[in-house]
Amino acid sequence: MNFLGLEDRVWLWMASVCYVTGFGLGTAYLLRERRQSRLAQYGIVAAGFLLQTLGLYLRGRAVKGCPIGNTFEIFQFTAWSAISLYLVIGATFRLSLLGYFTSCLSAVLTLVSLAMPRAAWDPEPRATGIFGDSAWIEFHAALALFSYGVFGLLALTSLMYLLQTYSLKHKRLHGLFSFLPSIIELDRISVRLLVTGVVLLTWSLGIGSVHWVQDVASVDPPKLVGTVAVWLAYTLVMTFRLRSRLVSTRFAWIGLLLFAGALLTLPLINASRHPARPPPTPATQG
Amino acid sequence: MSQAATLFLLGASHHTAPLELREKIALTGDKLEALRGDLRGVAGLKEYAVLDTCNRVEIYGVAAGAGTIDRVQAAFCARHGMEPANFEKIRLKLGDREVVEHLLGVAAGLDSQMIGETEILGQLKEAYAEAQQKTTTGPVLNRLFQKTFQAAKHVRTHTGIGAGQVNAATVAVDLAIKIFGTLEHGRVLLVGAGEMGGKTVRALKSRGVAHLTVAARREERAKELAAAFECNAISFERVRDTLAEYDVVVCCTSSPDPVVTRGMAASAIRRRPLRPLFLIDLAVPRDVDPAAAGLPNVFLYNLDDLAKIAGENLAQRKAEVARAQVLIKAKVEHLWPQMQERLAATPPPPA
Repeated sequence: MNFLGLEDRVWLWMASVCYVTGFGLGTAYLLRERRQSRLAQYGIVAAGFLLQTLGLYLRGRAVKGCPIGNTFEIFQFTAWSAISLYLVIGATFRLSLLGYFTSCLSAVLTLVSLAMPRAAWDPEPRATGIFGDSAWIEFHAALALFSYGVFGLLALTSLMYLLQTYSLKHKRLHGLFSFLPSIIELDRISVRLLVTGVVLLTWSLGIGSVHWVQDVASVDPPKLVGTVAVWLAYTLVMTFRLRSRLVSTRFAWIGLLLFAGALLTLPLINASRHPARPPPTPATQG
Repeated sequence: MSQAATLFLLGASHHTAPLELREKIALTGDKLEALRGDLRGVAGLKEYAVLDTCNRVEIYGVAAGAGTIDRVQAAFCARHGMEPANFEKIRLKLGDREVVEHLLGVAAGLDSQMIGETEILGQLKEAYAEAQQKTTTGPVLNRLFQKTFQAAKHVRTHTGIGAGQVNAATVAVDLAIKIFGTLEHGRVLLVGAGEMGGKTVRALKSRGVAHLTVAARREERAKELAAAFECNAISFERVRDTLAEYDVVVCCTSSPDPVVTRGMAASAIRRRPLRPLFLIDLAVPRDVDPAAAGLPNVFLYNLDDLAKIAGENLAQRKAEVARAQVLIKAKVEHLWPQMQERLAATPPPPA
């Protein structure tokens, strides 16, 4: 599907260029030990977000549903989720360097997805939406992926926490370290992100489980195990953190490693996807 | 044909005069006001502003007609009971474009003893505000000072000339901010009565610390400190039990043994798992067991660490001077033609 004569992939490429620009400019400023304007960084990321939203919208129109039907789209949607959350958090909490790190994460995710062979990301022509006719399943999938975006941002704040702690412990306060937010602020944001991510994932799994109970064969065991394992791990981490049993650098390391693990389950979940069942009645173009 | 008005600077600074001579020309007490009165009567002096700080006394003015600057100097020397010949030995005298360049450098902190310090900009703004209030400035100096303030802000934003703190006490405050973000709700314990500890606590208080407690071996000394800092005092023996209640602990006793051991810090951090503990050890021999630095969520800095960071920051500021000067030159290029136009429009003194 095209807009202004450009297909969705072109818009997604342009979004990726924005994220790479944000990351590149941020790196240039850091190397020169200059503070980049937060507004400029925010503007670049916001421009990328708008372009990516347009690209995903066109893709969604093409696949007749939320564009999370293959690995390419899943990576794109995860990056989009992280960016959308950054746009809220960045404006509210004004954490310096969060925009830089979010640009970095989104640049990597979007470039990896765009580097996939065309066969991997071309939408399959379908008569119905990728989730059949069930809006709830589509919502479940979108919510789950959005929570991955939240966990992505949590991984970034965890990384920033570890860098700040390293800087203060080893008395290296210049360069990148001089621009990092305080460890208390980072910890506070991380906890909020963790709770948000767990709530969203729980909500998503709640919706999914209703569907699963009705049709147990609709979900393959690898997908079930992978999803539940991610949910359980984050829920346990949240419980320990809220009880002050998992704090400081251990909490940050787990936030970082758990996201890497969660990303690894994405192809597993995607591979288990059942093709959309043929609808009982012919679908209409919407 | 009458001569165009000129912009001038007359004075002395730490670059030209040692402390004992700067003391003699300082405009203490009523002297500043009296000098302003003297200058008001100087023929040909169209505009003026006086900057008086610990490190400099500078008169910025617009002179119309020959001999005006000499008359200003005579008035200045007379006010201080100083021979003009002696003043000329320490005098800083600049004209026109050099004045613009000098003022921009002063405002940006390039001419300060502590390069990049920001206090001078506030002092300059104060001097200008007073001159404006006394209506001793006009189109030339108004333009010059207003553009100078903008340029100083530009230089500070686009260079690292003011980056990092350059004395141990303020470095400690910066570190506390890196750990806790804001200090308004921070709880600080000062252990001991060392001078550096007092300076650090004052710096912390100036950044908003509201909850301060002091502890000293001698009870009367603890009470003295509590009165000086308007805070609570606890006995030295209670430090061990109450350590977990504090975010920042500043130690500066003369004790030969550690006042805060690794075990005490470990116990404190266990009791407050969500809040880091920042230990500032300003004592020699050290008050905090260095092994405490290895504990998670404990940040320990001693006197050498703080001095090293201050030294690095100062070196970084010095490395930025050349970049700041390039920016200032560009600003002078832009500003000087405007000043020339205004100087040319200044009416000559009556014949």
